Amino acid sequence: MADNSSSNAYWAANVRIIMISLAIWFVCSFGLGIILRPMISGISVGGTDLGFWFAQQGSIIIFIALIFFYAWRMNKLDAEHGVEE
Amino acid sequence: MDQYTLNLLVVGASFALYIGIAIWARAGTTAEFYAAGQGVPPVMNGMATAADWMSAASFISMAGLIAAVGYGNSTFLMGWTGGYVLLALLLAPYLRKFGKFTVPQFIGDRFYSRSARLVAVVSLIVISVTYVIGQMTGAGVAFSRFLEVQSSTGLWIASGIVFIYAVLGGMKGITYTQVAQYCVLIIAYTIPAVFISLQLTGNPIPGLGLFSTHTESGLPLLSKLDEMVTALGFNDYTNLHGSTFNMFLFTLSLMIGTAGLPHVIIRFFTVPKVADARWSAGWALVFIALLYLTAPAVGAMARLNIIDTIYKDGTNSAPVLYEERPNWMKNWEVTGLLKYEDKNGDGRIQYYNDKSEGFKATAEANGWAGNEFTFNNDILVLANPEIANLPGWVIALIAAGGLAAALSTAAGLLLAISSAISHDLIKDTLNPNISEKGELLAARISMAGAILVATFLGLNPPGFAAQTVALAFGLAAATIFPALMMGIFSKRINSTGATLGMLTGLVVTCVYLFTYLGWFFIPGTNMLDNVPANYLFGVPPAAFGPIGALLNFAVAYIVSSMTAAPPKEVQDLVESIRVPKGAGAATGH
Repeated sequence: MADNSSSNAYWAANVRIIMISLAIWFVCSFGLGIILRPMISGISVGGTDLGFWFAQQGSIIIFIALIFFYAWRMNKLDAEHGVEE
Repeated sequence: MDQYTLNLLVVGASFALYIGIAIWARAGTTAEFYAAGQGVPPVMNGMATAADWMSAASFISMAGLIAAVGYGNSTFLMGWTGGYVLLALLLAPYLRKFGKFTVPQFIGDRFYSRSARLVAVVSLIVISVTYVIGQMTGAGVAFSRFLEVQSSTGLWIASGIVFIYAVLGGMKGITYTQVAQYCVLIIAYTIPAVFISLQLTGNPIPGLGLFSTHTESGLPLLSKLDEMVTALGFNDYTNLHGSTFNMFLFTLSLMIGTAGLPHVIIRFFTVPKVADARWSAGWALVFIALLYLTAPAVGAMARLNIIDTIYKDGTNSAPVLYEERPNWMKNWEVTGLLKYEDKNGDGRIQYYNDKSEGFKATAEANGWAGNEFTFNNDILVLANPEIANLPGWVIALIAAGGLAAALSTAAGLLLAISSAISHDLIKDTLNPNISEKGELLAARISMAGAILVATFLGLNPPGFAAQTVALAFGLAAATIFPALMMGIFSKRINSTGATLGMLTGLVVTCVYLFTYLGWFFIPGTNMLDNVPANYLFGVPPAAFGPIGALLNFAVAYIVSSMTAAPPKEVQDLVESIRVPKGAGAATGH
């Protein structure tokens, strides 16, 4: 939304981390798992191709990594800006 | 010991455990009843969230759904896990910082409007009630299959158990029972999967086994499966046989819907700090992934096993004689989940796709007169231990696991419903002066009432039960998720904008579904046939959630920009939920 530009550097940094994380979230599920699957069909994985692996395994593993990355990064950011509990 | 006694023992022991926990975790205050006193450690909340989330459908039906279609139904895997990324990044930490008990309460406070809160209560109740019907019928079915009681008797036993720990312990009792239920269900799910994966591929981890070599044929497992299913006229397993657009939209719909389900969101109110809410979402997905990474392997391997059982000497040779079928088929025939009809009278089980035009010639040449073997997809999980020749106690575990999955989700939904009634309706609207003790009693009575209604609906399920899941996800995506997200990420969205946005999402989503599925799902009242040619821009009713969400965002934004900005104290509230500092002093009111 256009009106969420908080002057606060902490919030701006948070929004940036969210955007980057969601871009990865989108690419590894909707991208590699669905739309881009034909483009990476050359890479074979166990009887099928990489897109199938992303759709049934890879995307879920990356989702977990993303959430833990976000938690770790935000806890660090909280400390940097002195807003941790 | 016979299988029935064993089932009874294992299920009985798991119930005794749940009741024991209920007595230990009684709730003494409304904070304990609504949010487990906000003292649940993040890893435990992760486990409880996983059990809360994984329903009878995830446990019993999902592997079969994936197996039936193959790659195309990966939507369930990505959709039902990807929503946690949205929850963890966009909602959970801020709602925990807000520190109140219910989702409508946040919407009411942030949009300083009782009507916004009421619209949220209505959405919440429609979402959760439609969702709970499936859980109650699922529990009844699990009882009747494994414990040989009438499914109505099973349903009463299930509601009795939920009654004990939910009325006594509220969120606190539900949380710790869900932790136990998670352990039961994940053990029950993975043990047979590990053994089947070992038997077929030599790899003990099912998710890796799925992409390994099929020991018997020396081919990759998925190539072998593709070869087998196409030889019988079915679509191949690893390619998409629908439209990419539908797969995209359906996945998105499940993801946004997941992030907007109130019974999942309220789990994040129970942890001590904002940082814990962030970690806890990660742990929840780890525990969910243990099942979700295993399910596609269970599906593919069970489908391969079934074809292999019927075509022992390969799909080019004659299928097995009905008289020589394995015991597990005999056992499950009794339940009606497996059916055999000897259409060409040769005493063999011809299993193939008789709807495939391309396969007709082959079938005729073989003297086959139609497919003779049908099975319910649920069989792939339910009969898994028997297919793998595992001992009786593993079969009993599946029974306990299926019940744990149904009960834990039902309890979470019931808490979302009852807290919306006692906290948002009674405390906020009808009787604001109610005492703490009075509200706790009201919460327990609402819970008891919600259980009775759910039991009644489980006993008399409306004919449209299966379609209502689309309604629950569609509404969660179109009403709750956008309202929460705008409430956190925008200071400019005001009460008029948010209320009209939610109403738009609610009404448009319902109307779109009813247009194709019948008004209130009553058959014959649909205005257009439920076929792709009629869909607006090709959007199937089950995948309408993201469109409803988009309309909600658009209406809220346009209306807000034409009306006055929210008052200063509301903008300060938004500022305060954006930073973790100060959440320790969470207040209930």
